[in-house]
Amino acid sequence: MDFPILSSLVFFPIIGMVAVMLLPKNAFGAIRWTAVGFSLPPLVISAWLVFDYFVNFAAMGTMAYMEGPFDWIPSLNVQYLMGADGISVPMLALTGLLSTISLIASFGIKERVKEYFAFFLLLEAGMMGVFCALDFFLFYVFWEIMLVPMYFLIGIWGGPRKEYAAIKFFLYTLFGSIFMLVAILVMYFTSEPHSLNMLTLIDHGPTLSHTLQIVCFSFFFVAFAIKVPVWPFHTWLPVAHVVAPTAVSVILAGVLLKMGTYAMLRVNWPMFPEALRTLGFWIAILGVIGIIYGALVSLAQKDLKKLVAYSSVSHMGYCMLALGAFSSVTAIAGCMFQMVSHGLITGALFLLVGVLYDRAHTREIAAFGGLGSKLPIYTGIMVFFSMAALGLPGMSGFVSEFMIFVGAFGALNKVLVGISIIGVVLGAAYMLRMVQHIFLGEFNLARWGDLTDINARELVTVVPLIILTLVIGIYPKPLANLMNGTLEHLVGLMSR
Amino acid sequence: MDFQLPPYDLKMMLPEIFLFLWALVVFTFDLLTNRKKETAIGYLTLVGILITGVLLAFTGYGRGFGNMFFNDPMARFFKIIFLGAAFMAVGSSFGILKQRIRNHRGEYFGLILLSTVGMMFLASSQELLSLYIGLELTTIPLFVLAAFYKDDKLSVEAGIKYFIVGAFSSALLLYGISFLYGMSGTTDIVQMKINLAITHLTFTNIGMTLVIAVVTMLAGIGYKLGLPPFHQWVPDVYEGSPTPVAAFLSIGSKAAGLVAFAKIFVNGLSAFHGPEMLPNDWGQLVALMAILAMVLGNTVAIWQTNIKRMLGYSSIAQAGYIMIGMVTMNVYGLSSVAFYMFAYMFANMGAFAIVTVFEDKTGSTQIASYRGLSKSAPGLSLTLAIFLLSLAGIPPLAGFLAKYYVFAAAVEKANSADSASWLYWLVGVGLITTVFSLYYYANIIKQMYFSREDSPYKIPVSAPAMMVIAICLIGVILFGVWPEPILQFAGDIPASFGFIAR
Repeated sequence: MDFPILSSLVFFPIIGMVAVMLLPKNAFGAIRWTAVGFSLPPLVISAWLVFDYFVNFAAMGTMAYMEGPFDWIPSLNVQYLMGADGISVPMLALTGLLSTISLIASFGIKERVKEYFAFFLLLEAGMMGVFCALDFFLFYVFWEIMLVPMYFLIGIWGGPRKEYAAIKFFLYTLFGSIFMLVAILVMYFTSEPHSLNMLTLIDHGPTLSHTLQIVCFSFFFVAFAIKVPVWPFHTWLPVAHVVAPTAVSVILAGVLLKMGTYAMLRVNWPMFPEALRTLGFWIAILGVIGIIYGALVSLAQKDLKKLVAYSSVSHMGYCMLALGAFSSVTAIAGCMFQMVSHGLITGALFLLVGVLYDRAHTREIAAFGGLGSKLPIYTGIMVFFSMAALGLPGMSGFVSEFMIFVGAFGALNKVLVGISIIGVVLGAAYMLRMVQHIFLGEFNLARWGDLTDINARELVTVVPLIILTLVIGIYPKPLANLMNGTLEHLVGLMSR
Repeated sequence: MDFQLPPYDLKMMLPEIFLFLWALVVFTFDLLTNRKKETAIGYLTLVGILITGVLLAFTGYGRGFGNMFFNDPMARFFKIIFLGAAFMAVGSSFGILKQRIRNHRGEYFGLILLSTVGMMFLASSQELLSLYIGLELTTIPLFVLAAFYKDDKLSVEAGIKYFIVGAFSSALLLYGISFLYGMSGTTDIVQMKINLAITHLTFTNIGMTLVIAVVTMLAGIGYKLGLPPFHQWVPDVYEGSPTPVAAFLSIGSKAAGLVAFAKIFVNGLSAFHGPEMLPNDWGQLVALMAILAMVLGNTVAIWQTNIKRMLGYSSIAQAGYIMIGMVTMNVYGLSSVAFYMFAYMFANMGAFAIVTVFEDKTGSTQIASYRGLSKSAPGLSLTLAIFLLSLAGIPPLAGFLAKYYVFAAAVEKANSADSASWLYWLVGVGLITTVFSLYYYANIIKQMYFSREDSPYKIPVSAPAMMVIAICLIGVILFGVWPEPILQFAGDIPASFGFIAR
């Protein structure tokens, strides 16, 4: 049997979790490096997957590295089935990269170190699993497994009102999941022979009656939309982000939100093309509302982290707009680009907010001013990522937004897309306002005189993100080619 | 006509006979040693339960005493649950053994064994009267056990309350059984099924009598299961009883009630369950009780400050989920009920075992006193958190698979016929209340983990309690990840009820 590549992505972190739990409680150094050590194999493997998929499978966009189906619970037709294609591979690589980075960024955690790193590795295992699972039951298990460590990570190591934020996140997501569970069961029992295999069910979906398609589609959509989060399901996001420790915010914004859009592309969209045609336009409208709403709310924020959190709502709105324009491969590719690029840029922004917060113990934008003269390197990086977030050409954010607008303009109502472009202007407004208030202007020497610049460990965490943002921004073609085959296949399924 | 004594196959009954004798041994041992032996009697009880389990494994399927005593997959599956619940209740009683029940150790353990014997008889009986006797043998020792802390007002109150409610519900059940006998002329459940159908076809006016029978029996069993509106005793009895007894009640007594329900309703009255709203149809009535149980149990549990009361309301809610499986009446239904009960046993007994060791040390059952426990007792806190998450149905723990299976059974039925689509509502209520339930289970995790202050308590765990907790932990995780053997076993159950096996 071949080496189980995808399973190893899930099980390395789990072994790491067990290893961390076996270490003595006070061996902080050992715990940290063990955790990072066990996150490296998945990082290397997922990076290799990108390369290997690009060389061998990208042109056809086939599902590759299949493991199984192995019978797991034969009484319920549950199978262990993993596979990856052009949309999972970039997500796996993003997960691997951000997990390692976040673990390194967590070295500042002083309290209950062992439990922290154990939960973090479990979280990584769950995320990896979601992006590989091709059996609905398995998918659901990974989807839910992740909630538990997230609940603990926010609840134990979070800031003020952490209990509220943790339980809100947990309940909100579980509430979404139950809709998914019903839809999964309906799909299972209407298929003949009964199956939980996503690939089989993609063929089964269109044979359902129109009403049932709409119902199943909506149920899946609610579950995934809460994760994205699509307006109006977004209220848990700012609460969770504001209290979560830095590294958890990075994972939350960088990977967890993408699970929602990924799942839509993997499950919802190809499985119910008829429902998609009925509802696609409304989803695009939700996306546009999210873009404008998120941007406007960001504009009014006093708290730096909340600003970045609401900007996520706005940026994920672009993804939803693209998903609304499902008939265009360009738009869907733009959605994938936006997922990757938002993961990189917002991940970096949260890291940088954390860097400042560790030193200043406040995130209030108005408290700062003129930091540019005191913290030149930090300022440079922060301004770089602010520009990336507002979509400056040459960085990945521009590529994705451009592709989404081009694709959506052809496929959707042009007025709607026109309105959404206001979001770009608003994006520039809130980002520039933030940069201006924090880094320009008068420097408060008495208060911030002893701030130190970004240190080497923190630099290690952001430099890979800078490089990738630039590479994708300047030369997006390899990433586009990596996904193109798969996306054409998916769009083909959606237009059945 | 010659009267022939039916062949009685005593071998079929070997585990029950042994356990009964062992209960007497336990009583006597305590007297002979002048109540001096502290833990020996506990270990003696555990050994007896283990031997019974071995005997059960060697007793094959079959029937004895005419058609009155059946060893079918259902009986065997539930006997394992009864023995497991008894084993874990006894194992977690070692703490109170040293302190609170010093003078009556023999009676305490002997009564647990006798109650278990009753449950096992109940699971095997295929006839209404022996079923009723089994149920009585189950509950009468439990009345005494609930009131075992004689000098504790709450415990005495629990005992009295449980006794009155239990006696009343038994009477109701018996009343209903008498109607069934009157209409069918037999107490044999299989024969009754046939006779009732014939009577029903011959005389069109038995509908009303049948309704009375169904309602009174439903009330009787509803009391045992703690299904609303017959649930008021549950939190009080759970709070007042010795904690291991409350645990035993929540699994053993509930499983016994389920078996009785399955035998009388799912088997005996299966003809009177239709998707159409007939006046004599019990399915929707039970569904209504299940909905009430899930909504009421899960919402009221949120407000509890005492962990035993909270677990009491949670057990009301769990009974509601189990009843979803009962009313589906398809091949998945009974298997899902059995598996649910099996998974629930590990999670609930484990949670109660930890509550017991905590109470032994601190004397408190307040949820607030668990604050910061994860720092002073990290292993115990993590284990309790896992049990609670399993109760809430978070994968990959056994509790999730149990809920999945029950909901799958209901969706299968709802999907199979338009007239059964009301089951979707049941599933919907079940799933939404699951989200509610997470709140109060997570509340305890919050107390243990999210508080910045340290807990003053170091919790010592005795070896038997440790064993119980370890078994439950393994069960909750193992049967969540690898449930196939149990599912296979549970899958055999519907066949013995006339549902076509898969």
